[in-house]
Amino acid sequence: MVDQHAPGSGAALPAGGALHRHPRLRLGLLLAPPMLWLGVLYLGSLAALFITSLWTVDAFGGNIERVWTLDNYRDLFTLDVYRTITVRTLLTAAAVTVIDTLLAFPIALYMAKVASPRLQRLLVIAVLTPLWASYLVKAYAWRGMFATGGPLDDLGISPGYGGVATVITLSYLWLPYMILPMYAGLERLPNSLLEASADLGATSRTTMRRVVLPVLFPAAVAGSIFTFSLTLGDYIAVKIVGGANQMLGNVVYDSFLTGNNMPFAAAVATIPVAVMLVYLSAVRRTGALDAL
Amino acid sequence: MKRTTMLATSTAALLALVLGGCGTSSGDGDDGDTGTETQGGFTAPDIPMAEELGDTEGELSVLAWPGYAEDGSTDKSVDWVTPFEEDTGCQVAVKYFTTSDEAVTLMKSGQYDVVSASGDASLRLIAGGDVAPVNTDLVPNYADIWPYLKDRDWNSVDGQMYGVPHGYGANLLMYNTDEVSPAPTSWSAVFDDASSYTGKVTAYDSPIYIADAALYLMEAQPDLGIENPYSLDQDQLAAAVDLLKQQREHVGEYWSDYLKEIQSFKTGDSVVGTTWQVIVNLAQAENTPVEAILPEEGATGWSDTWMVSSTTEHPNCAYAWLDHIASPEANAAVAQWFGEAPANAKACDIAEEGFCDTYHAGDEAYAEQISYWTTPIEQCLDGRTDVECTTYQDWTQAWTEIKG
Repeated sequence: MVDQHAPGSGAALPAGGALHRHPRLRLGLLLAPPMLWLGVLYLGSLAALFITSLWTVDAFGGNIERVWTLDNYRDLFTLDVYRTITVRTLLTAAAVTVIDTLLAFPIALYMAKVASPRLQRLLVIAVLTPLWASYLVKAYAWRGMFATGGPLDDLGISPGYGGVATVITLSYLWLPYMILPMYAGLERLPNSLLEASADLGATSRTTMRRVVLPVLFPAAVAGSIFTFSLTLGDYIAVKIVGGANQMLGNVVYDSFLTGNNMPFAAAVATIPVAVMLVYLSAVRRTGALDAL
Repeated sequence: MKRTTMLATSTAALLALVLGGCGTSSGDGDDGDTGTETQGGFTAPDIPMAEELGDTEGELSVLAWPGYAEDGSTDKSVDWVTPFEEDTGCQVAVKYFTTSDEAVTLMKSGQYDVVSASGDASLRLIAGGDVAPVNTDLVPNYADIWPYLKDRDWNSVDGQMYGVPHGYGANLLMYNTDEVSPAPTSWSAVFDDASSYTGKVTAYDSPIYIADAALYLMEAQPDLGIENPYSLDQDQLAAAVDLLKQQREHVGEYWSDYLKEIQSFKTGDSVVGTTWQVIVNLAQAENTPVEAILPEEGATGWSDTWMVSSTTEHPNCAYAWLDHIASPEANAAVAQWFGEAPANAKACDIAEEGFCDTYHAGDEAYAEQISYWTTPIEQCLDGRTDVECTTYQDWTQAWTEIKG
C-alpha cells in the first residue's frame, strides 16, 4: 500500500513538487483569488462609486458627463434637506440598534445560560426561522399590522405608517443578527466564572456588571455593526411602512431612478460609507474587534 | 503590524484604481463631446431609421405602463398579446414600469425593444439616443391615428416621428365616497383643503407631480403668471414647492406602485388623491367605495407613444408590435382596460357604446385642455425668452426637498 502510494503521487503531480519547492509561489497562488476579489471587485467598486460621484449629468438626456466637479458634494452639504435625511437615517439606525440590543440581551442570556441543551437548540432554530422568510413578505406583513383596521389598530396602539413603524419593522427584521453574536459570546463564558463570582460574594448585579457585560460587550458591538449598517442602507421597509418618510437609501434610489442622476446617487451613497468607516474605527478603539 | 501592511496594500490598490479611472474618464469625455446635442434647444442624435421590414425574429421585449401589454393573466378576457404572438410568431416578454423616470432608466440598459413612453420620458429618450426615429410608412395602421396626435412636441423632432401614438388621458382625483363628503370638485381637496383629511391624502411619487400643483396655482394664484405647468421659472417653482410642502404635512403616503394605491384606498389609509382611471376600475372591482372625477381646473395627463429602441435586435417584431398596438382592435382593448382615449379613430367603432364619448376621444378641443406630461427644460415651453425655466433636474431636487 505504502509502496504504491509514494511513486504514484510523485508522477501524477509534477506541479505539486514545484509548489513544494517554492513556498512563496504557493502562498501567492493561494492568496491571489481572495485578494483579487477584495481588491478588484470590492474596493474597485467602491472606487468606481467615488469616481462617479465626482462627475455630473447633462440636464436633459440624463447621460453621464465625465467632467470633474464637486457640485454633488456641495449640494449635499449646503442643502438642508440632505442633512435632515441623514440625521433621520442615523437616528433610525441608532434606535433600531438600541432596541435590538435590549431585546436580544435577555433572549441570548436565557439561551446560553439557562435553557437546557435541547431547548437551546430549539431556540436557535426559532431565532433563525424568520430569516428563512423573504424580507418583502415580512415587511408587507408589518404593513398589514399597521394598516387602518389592522390588528394593532384594533387594539388602539397602531402608530400608523411613519418613522415609528419603520423603526419597529427594522428592529424586527434585524433582531436575529443581534441575538446570534450575543448568544455566541455568552456561550463562550464558562459557567465556572459565574459560580466563582458568586462564591467570592458578588451579588448577581455585580456578576452581571463585572463578568457578563465585559464578555457581552464585544458581541453586542459585533451585532450592532449588522443592525446599524443594515438600517443605514435600507430603503424598502421605509417605502412600505414609512408613510411619506424617506431615508438615505431612498435618496440614492430616487436620484438614480427618478433623476437618472448616477453621480449624485453615488455622492449620497458615500455618506453611509463614511459613517460606517467612522463607526468601525470607533469600534476598533474599544478593542471589540479583537475579541471576534 | 500585519494590519498596517494590509491597509497600506488596500490603499495602494484603491489609489491605483482611482488614477486608472481618472485616465479613462478624461479620454471618454473628449470623445463623448463630439456632437449629439447642441446648445439651446436640442438636435436629436443621428440614429438610422428602418427602411424596410423583413421576417420577424421570434422575440420581443416590451417595456410598458402597467396594463398596456395584457396577456390574459390579469383577466382572461383582457388579452391583446396572445393574438399578436399567434399572428407574428414573436414571443413577447413584458416588463412594467411605474414612473416615466423608471422607463428612461430601464431603456438606457438597452434590454428592451419597444417602450410606451409618456411625454415626460419620450424627449429624454430621443435626446439620449435611446430610441430610433420611426418610419411610419412601415406602420399601416398609423394612417388611422387622430391627426391631432401626430407630429407633436412630445413624439417628434423637426417633423420626424419617433413613435406611434398610443392613447391619452387625464390624471384624475379619486376619493373615498364614504369618508369624503361633500364630493370634491376641485384639486383644492388635496391642496388648500387637505387639512380636512390630514394623514389620509395621497399623491403621485414623482417630480412630475409638481406640475399638478402648478396647474392648481394657475387658477388659485393667477398673479404668478403660470401659463404652462411644465414651464416654471424659479419663483413659480418655489410657489409650487411651497404648496406641496403644505400638502406634505397631510400626506399619509405617496404612491408610485399602483397596487399600493389600491391597497391603501381599500384599507382606508388613503381617502383622497390623484389617480389613473385603471386604478379606479380595479379598486371598484374589489368593492372599494371610490369615485374619480376630472376637477374643474382641468388636469395633467399623459399622451403616450410607442417607441423603438435604437439598439434593438428585433426591429421587425418591434414594428409588428407598433402596428398591432395601433390597430383598431388592440387599441380599443387597451384604451378600455386602462381607461383612456384611444389614438386610433377606428377603435371607437369597436369599443363599447359611449366609451369614446366618455373619454372625449376625437374631441380635439378637449384633448388640448389636458396638460400632457412634458419634460421641463431650460427653454421655457410657454414661449418666454426673458427668463430661464427650471429643468427636470431642478424638479427632482425640489421633489426630494418637498418630501423632506
